[in-house]
Amino acid sequence: MGAKDQTRRQPAELYARDRTQHPPALTEGYKTSVSRSPQKPLLSLEQTLSEVTGPVFRQSDLGPLDHDLIKNHAHDGDPIGERIIVHGHVLDENGRGVPNTLVEVWQANAGGRYRHVNDRYLAPLDPNFGGCGRCMSDDNGYYYFRTIKPGAYPWRNHGNNWRPAHIHFSIFGSAFAQRLITQLYFEGDPLVDQCPIVQTIPDPQAIDRLVARLDMNSAIPFDCLAYRFDIVLRGRRSTLFENRLEGN
Amino acid sequence: MVPTLGYLKETPSQTAGPYVHIGLAPAQAGQAFAGKTISNKLAGPDTPGERITIEGRVFDGTGTPIRDALIECWQADANGRYNCHEDLPGGADHDGFAGFGRCGSDFETGLFSFETIKPGVVPGRNGVQQAPHISLWIVARGLNVGLQTRLYFSEETAANAADPVLNTIEQEARRQTLIAERISTGDVAVYRFNIHLQGAEETVFFDI
Ligand SMILES: [Fe+3]
Repeated sequence: MGAKDQTRRQPAELYARDRTQHPPALTEGYKTSVSRSPQKPLLSLEQTLSEVTGPVFRQSDLGPLDHDLIKNHAHDGDPIGERIIVHGHVLDENGRGVPNTLVEVWQANAGGRYRHVNDRYLAPLDPNFGGCGRCMSDDNGYYYFRTIKPGAYPWRNHGNNWRPAHIHFSIFGSAFAQRLITQLYFEGDPLVDQCPIVQTIPDPQAIDRLVARLDMNSAIPFDCLAYRFDIVLRGRRSTLFENRLEGN
Repeated sequence: MVPTLGYLKETPSQTAGPYVHIGLAPAQAGQAFAGKTISNKLAGPDTPGERITIEGRVFDGTGTPIRDALIECWQADANGRYNCHEDLPGGADHDGFAGFGRCGSDFETGLFSFETIKPGVVPGRNGVQQAPHISLWIVARGLNVGLQTRLYFSEETAANAADPVLNTIEQEARRQTLIAERISTGDVAVYRFNIHLQGAEETVFFDI
């Protein structure tokens, strides 16, 4: 095929996913996983174009306030809560920045309530807070949002389970097989250690990488605090092996 | 002491939770971004190819449809080209074809759907062709890591029988879990594709 169609450049394969860094599918402490986790082993596949390619997004696809959750749903003032910047570096396992990739976030408001029909928690909605945002990483892989620090909220699992303050993150990378959804937690939050969803991750060091650090150098005096959260996506092989996909 | 290699470790996955629509399908949650929306429509009016609709549900191990899942799809165009820099230099959104879409399952019925065109044959490894297929990624409350699978087309009997991925599935009966049933034809062919997370009909999911 490669010989017939010289215009097709082969993207390199991704490193095998290290499943020890991720939660297993079945985690009984998180009850919903019991009836939703596949019981048969995942089928190991060699990667093809279908897995190593992925959608392309552009800055021009986004609105000017999409990254600013303080302003993107504001009607008659700013939302209530602690104003923060969340920023960081999207990297791959080789330590290289992942440029121009779409980062999407969603979160509860300062009271721990989501703007969603199914969230009936008694904390009030904030008329000026929507709770969703998105941005592109820059040419070097850096991203940032401005938002309100979300509140903790109770959830139906064990009797008195509370989610630590968290922001849901969705990241694309450049391949469909790099797709990742995760959650950011905040340094110093005592609820992190108690959360059954956090504890689905077996490795404490892996959990630690989901904890954003207070970053006083990025805080804006008299305006907002800042937290730093770096994200690592699966790496790609070096160019040495790029032709392997179609064989030689 | 042997120096360690300088690789970083991948950020661990966490469940998308019950409110994934707020962030990833905001229109369904009653919100809107100013910019472009990623929707369940992958093809524009000028996109060449056979128009198709895919619809289905995600079922849990008790046979109950999941009403808070989000399904993403990624596919080649009718010529088997992916809409990305590597496969189609210079060509994001050629002929209005995004190649990527997402859909939240309906809050009442659990139904998801995609409006797209049927993909072409895609090159596989070592010169072997892959039958037309769509890559899917499923996230939901209770799923700790997103699930990767593929959708193939029921009328592609010969291509499916030769497909290297389908043939990797040892239990032949399980290959059927990846085949969407063509349930109506007409201007737009409709395919039914249900995803079963557990049980006798458990869909084949991939470690890629
Ligand atoms: Fe949440």
